Amino acid sequence: MIEIRPAEPADLSAIAALDARLTGQAKAVYWQDMLARYAGGPPERHFLVAETSRGVLVGFVAGEVRAWEFGQPPAGWVFAIQVDPRQRLKGAGSALFDALAARFKAQGVTHVRTLIDRKDHLILSFFRAQGMTAGPSLQLDKVL
Amino acid sequence: MKLQTATRLGLYAILELARDPNRTLSAAELGERFGVSTHSLAKVLGTLSAAGFVQGGRGASGGYRFTGNRRRITLMDIVALFEPAPGRRAKEPGEDTEIGSALQRVLTEIDEIAEATLRSVSLETMLRRPN
Repeated sequence: MIEIRPAEPADLSAIAALDARLTGQAKAVYWQDMLARYAGGPPERHFLVAETSRGVLVGFVAGEVRAWEFGQPPAGWVFAIQVDPRQRLKGAGSALFDALAARFKAQGVTHVRTLIDRKDHLILSFFRAQGMTAGPSLQLDKVL
Repeated sequence: MKLQTATRLGLYAILELARDPNRTLSAAELGERFGVSTHSLAKVLGTLSAAGFVQGGRGASGGYRFTGNRRRITLMDIVALFEPAPGRRAKEPGEDTEIGSALQRVLTEIDEIAEATLRSVSLETMLRRPN
């Protein structure tokens, strides 16, 4: 049984360790800053964790309602989502996404958005399975 | 995006069969459902069968059923059976010129976005939330 709850400062080590294991890059300072700004921060910011009935953290999601980013009306943005591979396909990712979407909806927005590496088919498939489709924007890059 | 006829028929057939893996449908029944020729569908079903996504066959009246994993098979898995892979297509005349290579970069960008989209949509996703 997976429980979703707001993240707390004490979750930092488990969040940073899970992310480092999945991405191969340690970013403890980044996650410390994210937790400081999103966990218990302004009401439009959300940082949620998924944990087992034994209290083991198996995933997290962070997002925020932002207005007029790139000229778009207010929408909920998903900035990060990670689930322990051993717990995947058990509903933790969907539960995190649904919980974040419910919070966005409660704040009055009608759309949820994210940005994904187009070569990361795993995460693309996950968001597609949540019902997400191509949005109104195209991301553009230029090498400087 | 324009798909070859065989690709479109392959997607129709696999999605219809995957809706109910216990159900068996013949090429004729599938052809009637989508208003396409039984002959074309029989060839497509042969390709899907060789790839292990469906089982059955033997003649136009033989039935097929879905034998794959709806959560694992993506639209790209089916498209790749019928369309040339972007990296494997033959070089077009003029592609080595400055204009040709600039145009090719744009076309490659489009191919990459299309491939990412097709790889991200599983049969399960299609059948649960038809877009």
